Amino acid sequence: MTDHFGKLTSKDFASDQDIRWCPGCGDYSVLANVQRVMPELGIPRENFVFVSGIGCSSRFPYYMNTYGFHTIHGRAPAFATGIKASRPDLSVWVVTGDGDGLSIGGNHLLHTIRRNIDIQILLFNNRVYGLTKGQYSPTSPIGMRTQSTPDGSIDHPIDPLAFALGAGATFVARTIDVDGPHLQQMLRRAHSHPGTALIEILQNCPVYNDNEWIEVEDRKSRINAALVLEDGEPLLFGSEDQRRGIRLHDGIPTVVELQKGEDPIAAGVAVHNERTQTPAYAFALASLKRPEFPLPIGVFRAVETATYDALLQGQVADAIVKRGAGSLYDLLHSGDTWTVGPS
Amino acid sequence: MNAMSGKVPAKAVRQIEGVAIRFTGDSGDGMQLTGTKFTEATALAGNELATLPDYPAEIRAPAGTLAGVSGFQIHFSSKSVRTPADHPDVLVAFNPAALRANIDDVRPGGMVIVNSNSFTDKSLKRAGYAEDPRPSLRDRYAMVEIPLTRLNREVLKDLDISMRDADRCKNFFALGLMYWLYHRPMEPTERWLENRFKGDLLEANLRVLRAGHAFGETTELLPVSYIVPKAKIQPGVYRNVTGNTALAWGIVAAGALMQKDVFLGAYPITPASDVLHEVARHRHFGVKTFQAEDEISAISAAIGASFAGVLSVTTTSGPGFVLKQEALGLAVMAELPLVVIDIQRAGPSTGMPTKIEQADLLLALYGRNSDSPMPVIAPLSPGDCFYTVLEAFEWAVKYMTPVVVLSNGHLANSSEPWRIPDIETLSRPRITHWTDAKTFQPYARNPETLARPWAIPGTPGLEHRIGGLAKEQTTGNVSYDPENNEQMIRLRAEKVARIAVDIPPIEIDGPESGELLVVGWGGTFGAITSAVEAARVDGKPVSSIQLRHLNPFPTNLEQILRRFDKILVPELNQGQLVRLLRSEFLVPAIGMNKVRGQPFLIEELRARIDELLSEETSP
Repeated sequence: MTDHFGKLTSKDFASDQDIRWCPGCGDYSVLANVQRVMPELGIPRENFVFVSGIGCSSRFPYYMNTYGFHTIHGRAPAFATGIKASRPDLSVWVVTGDGDGLSIGGNHLLHTIRRNIDIQILLFNNRVYGLTKGQYSPTSPIGMRTQSTPDGSIDHPIDPLAFALGAGATFVARTIDVDGPHLQQMLRRAHSHPGTALIEILQNCPVYNDNEWIEVEDRKSRINAALVLEDGEPLLFGSEDQRRGIRLHDGIPTVVELQKGEDPIAAGVAVHNERTQTPAYAFALASLKRPEFPLPIGVFRAVETATYDALLQGQVADAIVKRGAGSLYDLLHSGDTWTVGPS
Repeated sequence: MNAMSGKVPAKAVRQIEGVAIRFTGDSGDGMQLTGTKFTEATALAGNELATLPDYPAEIRAPAGTLAGVSGFQIHFSSKSVRTPADHPDVLVAFNPAALRANIDDVRPGGMVIVNSNSFTDKSLKRAGYAEDPRPSLRDRYAMVEIPLTRLNREVLKDLDISMRDADRCKNFFALGLMYWLYHRPMEPTERWLENRFKGDLLEANLRVLRAGHAFGETTELLPVSYIVPKAKIQPGVYRNVTGNTALAWGIVAAGALMQKDVFLGAYPITPASDVLHEVARHRHFGVKTFQAEDEISAISAAIGASFAGVLSVTTTSGPGFVLKQEALGLAVMAELPLVVIDIQRAGPSTGMPTKIEQADLLLALYGRNSDSPMPVIAPLSPGDCFYTVLEAFEWAVKYMTPVVVLSNGHLANSSEPWRIPDIETLSRPRITHWTDAKTFQPYARNPETLARPWAIPGTPGLEHRIGGLAKEQTTGNVSYDPENNEQMIRLRAEKVARIAVDIPPIEIDGPESGELLVVGWGGTFGAITSAVEAARVDGKPVSSIQLRHLNPFPTNLEQILRRFDKILVPELNQGQLVRLLRSEFLVPAIGMNKVRGQPFLIEELRARIDELLSEETSP
């Protein structure tokens, strides 16, 4: 028996399996940070379930010393829905990628998010198919040359967060594989959110799409390339002596150059509010792309509404209160019956 | 015998053994309701019965057209009834289209009751009749032409309801008339109307029902009424049940008997949706239903729920069953309990969704990549659907495997009187989840059943990972070892094969050996048994067996097959079981195949039996 509270460490969440990601893969950092956060969440280890589909990131559950289910391509959100809907007491985490989650599994991701079932979804976005050796993914940019697109990809990419917001997501966030403190903070926030919490993790594939996110992974360039979202704070980026902000006019973002010492709010820089009811605000943030804009990092949206699992559990509880616990005898004898006596 | 209530001078009453009636009309005419009410009254009258609804796929096809014709057939008798009968003795047709679509099925000389008000030029044209067919039909059938629309309106003329509402009641006029004609009790229908309607609509429906009955008593069009004596039926409490209701109650009952919560994942599909609807009404049993975004999500969620430790099930029909195959392969690999119910329908692709076939057997057995064996059970009758689901759950948890139940559209919608089981006699398998962390291995096997332990999240010390990648024996770690892979594939096959010890020996209907054995499976039970028994009454040396267990087979199947000179395998497909029997047992089984979207007729089975028996047996 494991002794639970306060005594678990990240080591307790590491399984005995050899990790088989490529050297330098961003997944290592994500795994280490997830293992670090789990003991802090106050949940017995046996109540965690990690669910994945197919792809490099979907090996994740094998390396977590929790309950884990490595399922089939794209369907992890559906498996997780069944687990959480039948056992709301469990803490359920989906690990997926840009191919698994947004290509073959796009439908399940959409519907899981709209139902707002209380699970966490970690979507590793490296903008390439790794396990099948380097084809372009649904998040790859137009023109990307791969074995399957020797003349360049002609698919318009999808943005994972815009997708989630379009599906009615109540919590979306973005973080970076190598930024441990920020990643951990996002994991804690996702966990404490009641409902589907989707985190896009910008993750490097050193073999098939190296340095895709280098501008935000690199600490120096990140200052100008990333916009760190803080609730209640203005949307600012850049160094102290070259501060810039994002202004939203009629929902359309523009970059504002700030003079040294200038009050950003007076200069029209928008103030971040995660609880903005209309998703249009978070959608505008999700539309900010390099190189015209900095890439926002942090919680885009966090609003609360009823979760699917709680509503379903509530219907069962209500039915029992109103009708009493089901009686098989009553069910089989409901409606018209007749008795045939011995002849 | 005199069962007349007798206000009016009594007409002749004749006793008959049984009769088959088909109610037909536009899909908006309420034929299914009429048939259902007649069925309830007939069950209460103590007859054996079987029914067959036949409705168009379109929700509301253009009124008055052949495409919009809906029908409901009931066969009831004082003797044993196993099918809705090949040919109705009586056809009730509400319009010319219904007449045209059904008249060729009626037994020559049978009674045809039509609404004479519906034979207008317009509706004749819509039905595709160049001229009024009635004069030519009068020679061949006992035509009863009733001005149904006019009579119905007259009864309701002083009520404050619209003409449209009034006309919609006319099916109850016809129902009342049929109640008179066959001496059925009116009270159950009256009680149902009182619960269903209020005010003028209640008054209207009650009035036309009684008016139809009174019309029968007085009209000269029907000089005779008929009594069908009670059948000899096993004592007990009975109810009517359709196959789909029985499946739904089996699902609910499995949870109650095994003291487990139940999770049903489903996506709407004809003809399976009614199972989801029915189960969804019983949340107070701790049953959760999940209408998923697609078939794949429905089964995936069910497998997730199974991993989490509840009894899980997914329901579907052919096209949906295809979509579920990949996830089913995972359930085989993960060795989790799951029940998959496929209510087979007709045709490849979308096919004929409301029509009947049994052509998913090979899909159930072999529809997945690699060797992925799975037990398969097929219910024999609507009531048997209940027991089949219980058996499927029992196997699923005992052997840690997905189990397929193959029902079909015929069983799904037909109803039969069902003796309600004594709950105390039903099996209550005890489910144990592994809890001992010291001895736990995810793929350690029970030496008897070869099942792995069902260890569920929330149990301390049993944290483990499962998935679709090949797993090492005992530890469940990912393994690419060739030896291990072969052993695991053999073990999973052996596990399914061992279920045979739980299958009772199959019983032969008829002589234990001889010239001809007819082998059916699943929902063709009624037609095959009726045909074979009728042949024996005529002195023909023929026996039959009906397989309920398709994988594994009952252990005595091979011995039985070898005791007969000829084996005939009638199936509503192009020859699936026959292929299995031939390849498994090297017997010269002969197929008999029908894929018309309709069940077997007893007469066509009889004809083939007679034909085979008259052939020279080859040396």
